[in-house]
Amino acid sequence: MESQGVTAPARELGIPELSLVVLIGVTGSGKSTFARAHFKPTEVISSDFCRALVSDDENDQSATADAFDLLHYIAGKRLAAGRLTVADATSVQPEARRTLVALAREHDVLPVAIVLDLPERICAERNAARPDRAFGPQVLRRQRDQLRRGLKGLRREGFRTIHVLRSEADVAAASVTRTRLYSDLRDQAGPFDVIGDVHGCRAELEALLARLGYVVKRDADGRAAGASHPGRRAVFLGDLVDRGPDTPGVLRLVMGMVAGGAALCVPGNHEAKLLRALRGRDVRVTHGLAESLAQLDQEGPAFRAETERFLDGLVSHYVLDGGRLVVSHAGLIERYQGRASGRVREFCLYGQTTGETDEYGLPVRHPWADEYRGKAVVLYGHTPVPAPEWVNNTLCLDTGCVFGGSLTALRYPERELVSVPAARVYYAPARPFQPNPVAELAAPPRREPEVLDIGDVTGARVIESSYLKRIGVREENAAAALEVMSRFAIDPRWLVYLPPTMSPVATTAAPGLIEHPDQAFDAYRADGVAAVVCEEKHMGSRAVLLACRSPAAARARFGVPGEDAGALWTRTGRPFFGAELTALLLARVRAAAETAGLFDELGTSWLLLDCELLPWSAKAGQLLRDQYAAVGAAARSSLPAAVSVLEQAAARGLDVGELLDRTRGRAANADAFAAAYRRYCWPVAGLTGLRLAPFQLLASEGAAYHQRPHEWHLAIADRLADADRSAGADGELITRTRRVFADTTDPASAAAAAGWWEELTAAGGEGMVVKPAANLARGRRGLIQPGLKVRGREYLRIIYGPDYPEPGNLERLRQRGLGHKRSLALREYALGLESLDRVASGEPLWRVHECVFAVLALESEPVDPRL
Amino acid sequence: MLLTITTTLAPATDLGYLLHKHPDRPQSVTVPAGTAHVFYPEADPARCTAALLLEVDPVGLVRGRGGDRGRGGATAEPRGFSLGQYVNDRPYAASSLLAMALKAAFRTALAGRCEARPALAASPIPLRIRVPALPCRGGGSGLARRVFEPLGWSVAAPAVPLDPAVGGWGDSPYCDVVLTGEMRLADALNQLYVLLPVLDDAKHYWVTSDEADKLIRAGAGWLAGHPEKALISRRYLAHQRELTRAALARLAESDDTEPEELDDAVAASLLPDQAGEQAPLREQRRGAVLAAVRASGARRVGDLGCGDGALVRDLLAEPGIEQVVAADVSVRALQSAARRLRLGRLTETQRERVALFQSSLTYRDDRLAGLDAAVLMEVIEHVDPPRLAALERDVFGFASPGTVVVTTPNAEYNVRFEGLTAGAMRHRDHRFEWTRAQFSDWAGRVAARFGYQVSFLPVGGDDPDVGPPTQLALFRRAAA
Repeated sequence: MESQGVTAPARELGIPELSLVVLIGVTGSGKSTFARAHFKPTEVISSDFCRALVSDDENDQSATADAFDLLHYIAGKRLAAGRLTVADATSVQPEARRTLVALAREHDVLPVAIVLDLPERICAERNAARPDRAFGPQVLRRQRDQLRRGLKGLRREGFRTIHVLRSEADVAAASVTRTRLYSDLRDQAGPFDVIGDVHGCRAELEALLARLGYVVKRDADGRAAGASHPGRRAVFLGDLVDRGPDTPGVLRLVMGMVAGGAALCVPGNHEAKLLRALRGRDVRVTHGLAESLAQLDQEGPAFRAETERFLDGLVSHYVLDGGRLVVSHAGLIERYQGRASGRVREFCLYGQTTGETDEYGLPVRHPWADEYRGKAVVLYGHTPVPAPEWVNNTLCLDTGCVFGGSLTALRYPERELVSVPAARVYYAPARPFQPNPVAELAAPPRREPEVLDIGDVTGARVIESSYLKRIGVREENAAAALEVMSRFAIDPRWLVYLPPTMSPVATTAAPGLIEHPDQAFDAYRADGVAAVVCEEKHMGSRAVLLACRSPAAARARFGVPGEDAGALWTRTGRPFFGAELTALLLARVRAAAETAGLFDELGTSWLLLDCELLPWSAKAGQLLRDQYAAVGAAARSSLPAAVSVLEQAAARGLDVGELLDRTRGRAANADAFAAAYRRYCWPVAGLTGLRLAPFQLLASEGAAYHQRPHEWHLAIADRLADADRSAGADGELITRTRRVFADTTDPASAAAAAGWWEELTAAGGEGMVVKPAANLARGRRGLIQPGLKVRGREYLRIIYGPDYPEPGNLERLRQRGLGHKRSLALREYALGLESLDRVASGEPLWRVHECVFAVLALESEPVDPRL
Repeated sequence: MLLTITTTLAPATDLGYLLHKHPDRPQSVTVPAGTAHVFYPEADPARCTAALLLEVDPVGLVRGRGGDRGRGGATAEPRGFSLGQYVNDRPYAASSLLAMALKAAFRTALAGRCEARPALAASPIPLRIRVPALPCRGGGSGLARRVFEPLGWSVAAPAVPLDPAVGGWGDSPYCDVVLTGEMRLADALNQLYVLLPVLDDAKHYWVTSDEADKLIRAGAGWLAGHPEKALISRRYLAHQRELTRAALARLAESDDTEPEELDDAVAASLLPDQAGEQAPLREQRRGAVLAAVRASGARRVGDLGCGDGALVRDLLAEPGIEQVVAADVSVRALQSAARRLRLGRLTETQRERVALFQSSLTYRDDRLAGLDAAVLMEVIEHVDPPRLAALERDVFGFASPGTVVVTTPNAEYNVRFEGLTAGAMRHRDHRFEWTRAQFSDWAGRVAARFGYQVSFLPVGGDDPDVGPPTQLALFRRAAA
């Protein structure tokens, strides 16, 4: 350490890096100066400053109550966010400190006292130098008396760290050192093998360690006294002791591993009780404690003492791997992670109980994991389960070894489970424990990880995605989405994805047109994309299809009870068809996927497909009749009549020629309009007449496919179509998507693709979608549009109205703003990808639903619907 | 859009005097929606026809420049984004736009003034009026006859097929209407002025405060005695206060659905009004629910799916109830409840007694915990059967009130409703309607699963054959 060059010996004031530091000292003792010297300005909340904020005068004593309210409020916000906070007020009275200690406890941080007990003379001099502090000497004396009286009681008041500085030299020599909490091992990234409750089952532990690749070290008596692994560390989740046959053996092995740096260990409730018993406290000797004490008695006093030391040194929980992993015996809610308080320790040891007891006399546990929304993975034990089951990023690894279950470890970060069965039942559980996972599956599930909370979706929200950093959802849009989601959408467990909206190309100036492929090629070239694919746009309805290999596979993966083997939904999450027709359609797709060998090839029991479902009239029949056909009918009735009376008038020699021409033109436009919508209507009965055009495989087990080129996706779609046709089922259902590939940097190639578009649209086709051939693409400014639609001239009549191509109209219609639509398309695209990633990596339902819900909410943003 | 007026008056060309438009000179008038042209396709002494042709500017109409500032126009949504605006029948169908053009072109004739032929203007003359595309929503040809025949017209109004090129689509809402009769021209024009928009009954109106005055003026002499007076006035003055489209409507649109399809949370029941009975069913239902809540002694009561707040108001009037938690998933329902409860005008003490917020029974909501009683009045039948399990878990499992009152229609009783199509449900949004056995089966399962005891009460008179119109289940949490 460097020499500080001060008169008094240098003194380090250690404080936990997350704490509430309470400065204590009379007026003029130099608290603010001290705070300025050792803390960031934003870390220090001073009562004077708060007084000024509420009253414009930092010495206005009548504002003191409000000023302290404000101080507590700000300090509370900072502590909740995990930031060290310094309360700069005199705090010489115990009641002033009491509220601060309570505040620290409320946020589960440690209260620290730094006392500036400087001679009264120095304080008086300093006050005298400040004209705004006209205190009489009696004020100073009273404060100093209060300070002196309170000093001895600080520890009793709850301060865990207390530093007292008694002179100006002390103050000058002091430096503040922030220390990590014992629980903070964020710098340790593993890999780890996290092991559930052992309960004295030493033989099983040795077997498990061997399976995990640890080499056990033995002492002179041949007893396991440690173990190590060349590249990994073990983490014990507590409850090493009690009930089982060899508690001392387990302790010896684990203590050896911890001492040798091969393992970490957190305490369980059984360790806590054993420690109290070893210290001679009065505890009820139940739950297997008697066996442990008897076994330890045979080991002699040295081992007992070593055990006591070991148990005493255990830290309630650890935060590991940059905050991504939390280990604790009974789990830990997000708010308590990396915090220190009595109740945090209680939670770690005993979990969250409701205070009630069940029919077996055991405490009823609050299902904290169902509500867990934290980012960190939480691994814990404490509650024996037949098989580990991920619940919202948490996993219980206590598989009841001592009750005849098994001893289980999770390899982290690989997330692989490794377990060894118990040699026998060592202890009869109070509550029936079912070690046979198959039998357990038949029973109703105890936990419902799929429970969605209204707080997961409502209000103004921000979603973090890997593709666009922060995507905001406004409250009113979330409200509309909540209504549609609740009243019309399918079960959220199926609804793992909603497709994004798509922007049209920039407006063309080409005569008679609003959209042309050239603008798409230009746009992608400008974004540095050369290879593009042009896919035929089927004029149907966007559909997302989830096809599972069997109803059992669907239940196992998506958790929806019943016999459905998937689902088919619209762009707002509504079912397309009733249960029966949906089942028929899913069966056809599943059969095609089997024939094509997709399930085996991709190693999955489900496929999520992005599709177009035709005809448009199958879903939008009502809209077609009420909105589109009605327009045609009105035009067909009124325009020929108008032409006829104009012809009569013209025959009389009246000057109505121009009006007649215009009216004839309108009649022709109306006919062309009707012809345009009729192309998208044909009768369907059951599956007959329906067409499904898959064009992208969104995800399957463990994988999302937005990085695969479109060629790959379309090849899969083709295989599905071929398999469906070869099956010889009634009529065509799965249909191919025609496409051409083009190079935006090659004018001939671009012109050929534009020619293809002209052919398609001249024959009445809707148009095409141009996409980067490689799929997900980024440009200089980040994510670029995943596709741009280029719609045909005739098709646009049903968008812009029958008369839109008339010159006077076209000019005005070209004035369209695409900015909002493009931004919306990108935001929805990013959310869609995020939800796919989350589904593929098996994240909890609420994390997936959050993205899906946000897409729906964004869809309710006001944007020109013609785009 | 077109309207022709033909007369066989002798000489027929006097029609030109009555309309103040010379038969040989086509004229054009600029109106907000476009240009109105008046010309005469025939003008003989024996027979004379005047044509009014309104050329609508479809793009201008949508963009709100020169659009209709009166009724039925697209400017009802100044910044609205609705695909329906771009593809709509306004350029072709006779609507308020044509009525306005009529007024602009024939103002003097509408007032019944004619300097040149005052006696003729005051007399009935033989008239034949044709409107080739008149929307007659909610009644077709029959409605056109009901509206015009009492005025002395003989009416031919064949319906226009929706699309003859597509099989099975049937008729459109438009009729090719021809009225013939002896009528004072001014009366005929005034009737058209009022009745075109009435028959059209377009969805989005923009009604200004002077509309009622206009109706009274134009209806002078013929509306008071009209048998369809109520329908005419209601439709003419119909209010749609939503000036900006709700976010919900945009979601409907993005899914190729009519906004009304989704935004129907406060839509009317399909049941006919039951005049003459003791008290309407909905009042009896509220009474029964209130009695059950009262008997439970609950102090904090939730109305889950509160709709427009009718029950909330009753609950607030109960002296024993300290707080009412009113929740609904529909934003429109909540707005309408807030209006009904006059939330903005309550004193602080009154305001503290009611909490009104959006919630969803398929999501867990901590704000619904700690209720003594919860009411789900006519709610469950609006939930898709596969989603009922989530509702059961959230209400009975998580919120877990001491008492839960659930009412739902009794499907068996539907045969007793005259005017309800056999096999139909009572509300378009009902996902199911249960028989008594089905309801009691469901309630029994829920009670067993979540630790409640359940009993049943009839609401609205227990018919010996088919039971009561509404069934009520009263769940009480079993003592632990």
